Amino acid sequence: MIKLTNIEKVYRTSSIETLALTNINLTINAGEFISIMGPSGCGKSTLMNLMGLLDAPSAGQVEIDGRIVMQYRDKELALLRNQQIGFIFQSFHLINDLSVLDNVEIPLLYRKGDATGPRSVGASRRQLAQEALEKVGLSNRMKHFPGQLSGGQKQRVAIARAIVGRPSIILADEPTGNLDSAMGNEIMAILQQLNTEGSTIVMVTHDETMAKKTHRLIRLFDGAMVGDSKLISDLRFGISDVSAGNVISEPSNPKS
Amino acid sequence: MLTNYIKIAWKVLLRHPFYTFITLFGISLTLTVLMVLTSFLDHLFGTHYPELKRDRSIYIQMMTQLDSVRNGRSQGPMSFKFLTKYAKALKSAERVTICSMFNTSNAYVGSQKIDLNTKFTDADFWKVTDFDFLEGKPYNEQNIANGDYVAVITDDFKRQYFDNPSDPVIGKDVEIENIHYKVIGVVKGSPITRILTHADVYFPYTAPKSNYQNTGMRGNYIAIALAGDKRGMKAINDEFQGFIQRIPVPGDQDGFKYYALVVKSMPYLESFVGAFADGDSGLKSIFYGVIGFIMLMLMGLPAINLVNVNVSRILERASEIGIRKAFGAPIRTLLWQFIVENIFITFIGGAIALVLTLIAISLINNSGWIAHADLTINVTVFLVSLGICLIFGLLSGVLPALRMSKLNIAEALKA
Repeated sequence: MIKLTNIEKVYRTSSIETLALTNINLTINAGEFISIMGPSGCGKSTLMNLMGLLDAPSAGQVEIDGRIVMQYRDKELALLRNQQIGFIFQSFHLINDLSVLDNVEIPLLYRKGDATGPRSVGASRRQLAQEALEKVGLSNRMKHFPGQLSGGQKQRVAIARAIVGRPSIILADEPTGNLDSAMGNEIMAILQQLNTEGSTIVMVTHDETMAKKTHRLIRLFDGAMVGDSKLISDLRFGISDVSAGNVISEPSNPKS
Repeated sequence: MLTNYIKIAWKVLLRHPFYTFITLFGISLTLTVLMVLTSFLDHLFGTHYPELKRDRSIYIQMMTQLDSVRNGRSQGPMSFKFLTKYAKALKSAERVTICSMFNTSNAYVGSQKIDLNTKFTDADFWKVTDFDFLEGKPYNEQNIANGDYVAVITDDFKRQYFDNPSDPVIGKDVEIENIHYKVIGVVKGSPITRILTHADVYFPYTAPKSNYQNTGMRGNYIAIALAGDKRGMKAINDEFQGFIQRIPVPGDQDGFKYYALVVKSMPYLESFVGAFADGDSGLKSIFYGVIGFIMLMLMGLPAINLVNVNVSRILERASEIGIRKAFGAPIRTLLWQFIVENIFITFIGGAIALVLTLIAISLINNSGWIAHADLTINVTVFLVSLGICLIFGLLSGVLPALRMSKLNIAEALKA
């Protein structure tokens, strides 16, 4: 589903060159729920951005569903993001000037009209956005604005926005980072539910407990992939155990 | 999608009231200037009282006589006789009037001098134009044939000249340049900007000092040929130019030997521009170029200022741009969004400008700066104003939109 080969990312200014990622080789299969962990500044978000086609690597190759996207132009990348990928951000990134419903509709605005004609596109957009909000338990907040919601509710809106276009991949960058543990667990439960329904989810987190609820844990350190462990999660009891560590290399003193 | 853009644009406007005030103030002031200018140009060149048939009239107002090397020239209006022979004879015209350019004269009320513009016309002048007769009637062929000392005066002159302006004045005498004329009609005055038909007092061309019997080609007269409809204007022009080409050259006018003769017959705007630009197509291009440059400067400089304001306003929205791009908005769509938003804001400014323009033209009309000024916002002015708003919106919106739509998504999301 997502394949990264020999990925390298370097940030350059006129005087400084920073190696953010180096030699990343990673394959994520359809239906997986993966967490990425590592200390701050290790390149987690950069990796997420590359997977989400929000940024381009300095070297290496990104494949989405077997399509090598390196030569894609802006329009093609935008189309791929729109149809295949949903994003959830730590700081929600909702547009405060738009209502909850309008925020959720955003990915659908950039879809081509369907065969039923342009008038019905708006109506079907509303319908899909309402369904997404119902799924995250916010059907009673559609007319509200982001400023009127709690952190947990905002993140649910962000999830609704991520899933409204029914993408096959959801990329969540610290989705529980700004929430208390109860709210965090609620959001995690929603993500787990989406995964059981077939979505491939990649989640960046600092929270080991949350990470253990996923199928696979990738560890990064100083821009390099230092661990790739398969996990077994038991959703019925909410317990996760590391079953078979597939450690590439452990840092001597990880700062996680 | 459009509703979404407009909702955002409205919210952005409400976000910083002071910024919004400055932006809208700048836009509306600029558009007001342009709208007043448009209204003034329409006042100059549009179809207005008393030239309500201007859109189907051909103006013959300038003769150019050129010497053998076409460097020296003698130029100006024509003689009554010349126009009678070549303009009055036009078969393709529904009607042709000959009238003089206005002359300056004086009248006295007691010791008080009244400066007047006077004009000599034929009887057809009153049929080609559409003056409102407040009293009496125009002079006719009979008055002209009789050489009657009659005059049509304007309501302004009536107010200045007669003791009790509310009384009828038909049949009363007015003394102008020591000659007594009987008032035969009173018309509603016209602005001086309608230079070919404006006057305070109109005399038949057989009245004294008209010089209508002067021989030669040049004089102080012009002609207006009225077509049955707009399509008929070309036929008039063709017929008239046919006449002119048959005039033998070289010839002699008051000692100036000419080898070529040019008499333009054109619709009003071209005729007006031709009078300034000397009938030369290069000079005409320069004339239009200068007008275009002034308009562009009037619009362009505030637009550049607005570009700066817009860039800083859009920068605030980097995060929103990042979100939209992340969820699939291509650059072109974002570009369109910001342009639509900017045009929406410009149109709000345009609506304010429309109100300000109405106030400004009302002040101009009532100020007496141009007597009988009738600046209006008619359909033409309104449509041109809409076009100006659109161009202004595009000018000030494209650059910031282009810059913002190309933001790196990851960077934008950090903002």
